[in-house]
Amino acid sequence: MTEPILSVRNLTATFGQGASALRAVNEVSFDVMPGEVLGLVGESGSGKSVTLRSLLRLLPVGGHVGGSVSWHGKDIVRMTDAELRAVRGGQISMIFQEPMTALNPVLPVRVQIEENLRAHTQLDRKGRNARAKELMDLVGIPDSARRLDEFPHQFSGGMRQRVMIAIALASDPKLLLADEPTTALDVTIQDQILNLILDLRDELAMSVVLVTHDLGVVAATCDRMAVMYAGRIVEEGDVTQVFAQPRHAYTRGLLGSIPQAGTERSMLLSIDGTPPGLAAIPQGCAFNPRCDFATDICRRTRPHLTGDGHRAACHNSDAVIAAGSPVKKALSHV
Amino acid sequence: MSMTAFLGRRLLQLVPTLIFILIVVFVLVRLLPGDPASAVLGDRALDADVERINRELGLDRSLPVQFVAFVKQVFTGNLGNSISMKIPVTQLIADRLPITMLLTFMAAVIAVVMAVPLAFVAALRRDRLEDSAIRGAFQVGLSMPVFYVGLILLTVFGAKLRWFPVGGYGDGFLDHLYHLFLPAVTLALSLSAILMRNLRSAIIGVVDAEYVTFARAKGLRANLILFRHILRNALISTLALFGLSIGTLLGGAVITETVFAVPGAGRLMVDSIYGRDYPVVQGLTIALAVLVSVTFLLTDILQAWLDPRVTK
Repeated sequence: MTEPILSVRNLTATFGQGASALRAVNEVSFDVMPGEVLGLVGESGSGKSVTLRSLLRLLPVGGHVGGSVSWHGKDIVRMTDAELRAVRGGQISMIFQEPMTALNPVLPVRVQIEENLRAHTQLDRKGRNARAKELMDLVGIPDSARRLDEFPHQFSGGMRQRVMIAIALASDPKLLLADEPTTALDVTIQDQILNLILDLRDELAMSVVLVTHDLGVVAATCDRMAVMYAGRIVEEGDVTQVFAQPRHAYTRGLLGSIPQAGTERSMLLSIDGTPPGLAAIPQGCAFNPRCDFATDICRRTRPHLTGDGHRAACHNSDAVIAAGSPVKKALSHV
Repeated sequence: MSMTAFLGRRLLQLVPTLIFILIVVFVLVRLLPGDPASAVLGDRALDADVERINRELGLDRSLPVQFVAFVKQVFTGNLGNSISMKIPVTQLIADRLPITMLLTFMAAVIAVVMAVPLAFVAALRRDRLEDSAIRGAFQVGLSMPVFYVGLILLTVFGAKLRWFPVGGYGDGFLDHLYHLFLPAVTLALSLSAILMRNLRSAIIGVVDAEYVTFARAKGLRANLILFRHILRNALISTLALFGLSIGTLLGGAVITETVFAVPGAGRLMVDSIYGRDYPVVQGLTIALAVLVSVTFLLTDILQAWLDPRVTK
């Protein structure tokens, strides 16, 4: 059996100290296999983006990461600053949702690519220049030599996201962390960018962790998925398995809210209410106030993730399974 | 748009600005109460003498005629003669304005040197002891009037400790710097407080920006992130404020020069207004206005260099 390249165990992310401390991520554990695309799914505020940033300890001031993140035999959570710098951008790269705000507006693209190369490779000036051009070609930016000297605001949204990917890939990372990379883009551009990420995954033998709230994107791009709610993973498994037979009431609710083309018209399900705030997470299962399947036990004790391969944290898994998947046909619009 | 096109356009904009300045100066000086003839001759002057003086100065002609003559003179580099001192205004300005420029320049440098590092400390240690101490100290500096700060510095460092001269301008460049140090600090205090507060909040805004997180995610060194990604972006807005403040600084020089007995353009301006010395007031106002316009131009160029979105 192949070894995971990244192993996350009991990851927590805490903001503030003492009694007022808030936990945005709680006891999150998952593995990332070589070459696989793992989707982290959930509503806004579910902790998926914070989880992703915690992997590289990229929390804002006041944030604290606990647990362990094993990467090539080392724990990222306990690395020194110098070790962490070598991993960041060099071995694990990250791309963000809004390329307009994630690229420095006052620096030409060339500088933003080359500073990555300067930090992680031994290339000289000429080598860096050649590599920068090569990267622009790789991500499909035409007229790369000229565009290297342009600034982010001179690129269109899709091109900007390509620039960000080029920067992230500069030093041949083995893992790409993508935080909603297509949310800010038009649908047609979304598909292009997702296909680009998948192609690059194959070409460069990377793994990808993709954070998204869009289950259509998950269906089209991910091998496995983990569903997050209120800072915890509530269900995890192969995408086909989860779509075919969700075991957590929340996952089922999410799947029911995807509009589906080409099937008989049916009511679009929605989950009532909003996700809880960090300061007021309900007792028992955090989802119970919004859950159609909730019983007494859900209001008292928090369920644990159980199962092998396809895991879920739901007291009423059997009832959810019996209710069946709301997805009528395999989703593959990409 | 290229940098050259930007420069060209920006220089062209100076022309209407300068014409406007000339009109305003001409009108304002003539709106001042009192007239130069009685200022020269005193209260008990004969009407005939007043008329003669007015004729000599060209003040008996109609306003439009006076204005045309005025503009002609300005463009030939002739700003007339001082009524009270009987020497060319250009000569006076050449003698006194450089002192004020040096004073303002020193004040600007001192303000920046005080504000930038402290803004960094305050922003990066936000809401902690360092931040509160720095902001508190600057708040005191900001709320005290310039002449009062000047008097305190003068008393403590000039009269009591005798570290610095209590007035004058000295001889030779180094001596000038020595004499202008206290006045420059006086002038710099309020500006540095404003710059510090502005830069502090700009840095705080930038530190949490996504591109700074992206820079961290690239594995860059902390210093590189600080200077290339944080400081450069934070400076853009503070630079604009700094440029605008130079005008205020020149105005503040009038008070400071009076307190410290510095023979600069500020003092000259005050004396000339009291003496109804029209040509000097006119010439000096034009010179100061041009100086401020050129400062704005330099600020714009610097800003365009810092922020490519300005020219593109």
